[in-house]
Amino acid sequence: MNESIGSTTDIVTHLQERFPDAVQPAPAPYQGILVAQDRLVEVATYLRDELDFAYLSSVTVVDYPQPLNGMPACYDVVYHFFQGRGGPLTLHVQADRENPVVPSLVPLFPSALFQEREAWDLMGVRFDGHPDLRRILLWEGFDGHPLRKDWKEVYYEEEHKPFGSRFPDGRPVPAESRSPFGDNLRYPPGWSPRDWRPLVDVWGYAPHDELARQEDPNHPADRVVLNMGPHHPSTHGVLRLLVTLEGERIVKLEPMMGFLHRCHEKIGERNVWLGNIPYTDRLDYVCAMSNELPYVLAVEKLLGVEPPPRAQYIRVIMAEFTRFLNHAVSIGFTGNDLGIYFTAMLYALEEREHILDLFEMVSGSRLMCNYMRFGGVAHDMSEEAIALARALAFERLPRYLDQLESYFTDNELFKARAVGVGVLPPEMAVAYGCTGPLLRASGVPYDVRRAEPYFAYDDFNFDIVVGQNGDVYDRYLVRVGEMRQSLRILQQALNRLPDGPIMAGRKSATLKVPAGESYGRIEAPKGELGFYIVSDGGPNPYRYHIRAPSFVNLGVMGEICWGHLIADVVIILASIDITLGEVDR
Amino acid sequence: MSPRKRQLPEIPPELVGTVHITPIDAIYNWARKRSLWPIFFGLACCAFEMIGTFAARFDPSRFGMEIMRASPRQADLMIINGTVTKKMLPQVVRLYNQMPEPKYVLVMGACAISGGPFQEGYNVVSGIDKYLPVDVYVPGCPPRPEGLIHGILTIHAKMERESLRNLRWYKKGEVPEPIPVPELGPDLVDWRLTEKIEAMQEEVVPSQVE
Ligand code: SF4
Repeated sequence: MNESIGSTTDIVTHLQERFPDAVQPAPAPYQGILVAQDRLVEVATYLRDELDFAYLSSVTVVDYPQPLNGMPACYDVVYHFFQGRGGPLTLHVQADRENPVVPSLVPLFPSALFQEREAWDLMGVRFDGHPDLRRILLWEGFDGHPLRKDWKEVYYEEEHKPFGSRFPDGRPVPAESRSPFGDNLRYPPGWSPRDWRPLVDVWGYAPHDELARQEDPNHPADRVVLNMGPHHPSTHGVLRLLVTLEGERIVKLEPMMGFLHRCHEKIGERNVWLGNIPYTDRLDYVCAMSNELPYVLAVEKLLGVEPPPRAQYIRVIMAEFTRFLNHAVSIGFTGNDLGIYFTAMLYALEEREHILDLFEMVSGSRLMCNYMRFGGVAHDMSEEAIALARALAFERLPRYLDQLESYFTDNELFKARAVGVGVLPPEMAVAYGCTGPLLRASGVPYDVRRAEPYFAYDDFNFDIVVGQNGDVYDRYLVRVGEMRQSLRILQQALNRLPDGPIMAGRKSATLKVPAGESYGRIEAPKGELGFYIVSDGGPNPYRYHIRAPSFVNLGVMGEICWGHLIADVVIILASIDITLGEVDR
Repeated sequence: MSPRKRQLPEIPPELVGTVHITPIDAIYNWARKRSLWPIFFGLACCAFEMIGTFAARFDPSRFGMEIMRASPRQADLMIINGTVTKKMLPQVVRLYNQMPEPKYVLVMGACAISGGPFQEGYNVVSGIDKYLPVDVYVPGCPPRPEGLIHGILTIHAKMERESLRNLRWYKKGEVPEPIPVPELGPDLVDWRLTEKIEAMQEEVVPSQVE
């Protein structure tokens, strides 16, 4: 940084002075700046090169059919930039309602690659200059852009829950009765399947076929287009990889997703604020507990409540157990994909069961805990639960970790497959917006727990584990190191667990959240998990967007697989560590 | 003595204790149900609970089924473990068509039964039973492992009641029809609905012209 600029307010003032005709502060309940559409690239370049906002975390769009909260009717494209430390700089760009186009930031920040495609897919905002603006979660040919406010689902009942048909004394009506086909289907008027053929390249083969035809005269090997997934034992769910191969080497690899797109954000806008907490569990189902945290954090910021110390400690305990669980399972999957079959996984799943027992004890459910509340947690940790947590954190899990290391760390076969494979240089990792162990294994010590501390993380001693080479092996080492640090935090938290209440204020099912916007983020086990919410002061979110680490991290997959053997793809994928529920949302 | 037992042939005295006689259905169904191989197939959160079920604590090898096959050609049980989206449905139907008969479908979790918490989603199929024949439903979000095991035992019970004489895939001349694979158009295109869609469009179009 060439000038010392501190808080966000200073940065806003500074930018206003620097670009007097392009930048103004965002209207009242909003934060950050409003940038003129045609100057966006210039301002973003300045942010990146002069002010060290190297990290474009989230790109999303909010639809305003009518003026709201001081925003005119527009499509508001929202960017969140971060420096190495501190909170976000929010950048708003207003796009025209008739023909929404904004310049693409992909040439500056490749991390926008997938996120801009998602915004085009779901909101219909064009990004001028995007190299590959196709649909990503839905398919080419889908009718409409579903996240727009005027797009109604087939089973549409009302704008907001609780629906009058059920509450307060209605009777549920089968959703199927709302559709003439008795199913979640609708076709444009006049359309008939009889003379219809899928015209567009629904499955995205065209660019690969094109590439396969141009053979390289220096490499006489044939080029082959290979489709992996969405049903494949090593894609960790329903991810699809489309690969062009030259012999066994990868010429082009493209992850394709959307096979688990469950319309989370659209449903989230209909739910009441509290009703979204159980939905967040279902995003990354490997670590359900920590998905709830950024959402409650974002809402708490708007509400202006602070959870009491005991609740903060309990949150940290749950988050760290989840991190341990996630990394254990992730290493297990790596073993799975290396060809050890299920053995490594079985060890991980054994520990998982113990941790799930603890979760069940505190929340009542094994997997989908629904445990966090705005201003605290739902139930207190009982003596029994604390005893189990202590037994795990002090005895059982350290033992497991030693055992795991004795099998993997110096294993020659593992090293032969992992060292030097899938190398991700640090500059590329930052440009692509990678977070979590993937970023830290490349040697960038960036961790939201330190960069923008939340809950009680400031109270604990722990190290940020970084790797050096950014290959599969270093990612493994970083995960193991983080598990050790998690145990360290857990031991401190359990030793110092304060007494007191677990909720600030009282529990309320239909709370109203003040108008405004807020971005809550935590260091989830897979990387930075962020929730961007906009409230219009009502009992439901106006906009509810999830910045999922798995989704953004996948953007770099094509780059780091280039030139590798096809057999390495599954290990590289396992080392990135994705969950499809979170990728597709 | 029951009339059935009387019809069984006499075992020569030197083979008593070595040779046993049992109805073919009983032994055949016993063998089938003790080697039920599910397709390795993960759709959503329920899949993760299924993986948990197939690990050491709940140990389904007690029921002869710890092996999951990645290929549908080697599997005889399909566990639909999670939300089926419109984008995924063509693949699911194709996989089902590729499984050899006799085959069973176990539906795990609210999502696959009806769409569950995501029912109103624009990309969610509201119930896989609209497309595939389902044998057992296991409700829950996600069902506990015990629930899944109960579902599997229910399939075992169903298998036990089946007889070679009336199972359709052993009858002469009857080839089970594959299920038409839906396509992705403006929405999911279910070919079985062609006529209904056309009839609907005739109703809709004139009113829009007016
Ligand atoms: S039923 Fe629940 S746990 Fe299962 S896939 Fe659906 S949301 Fe996930």
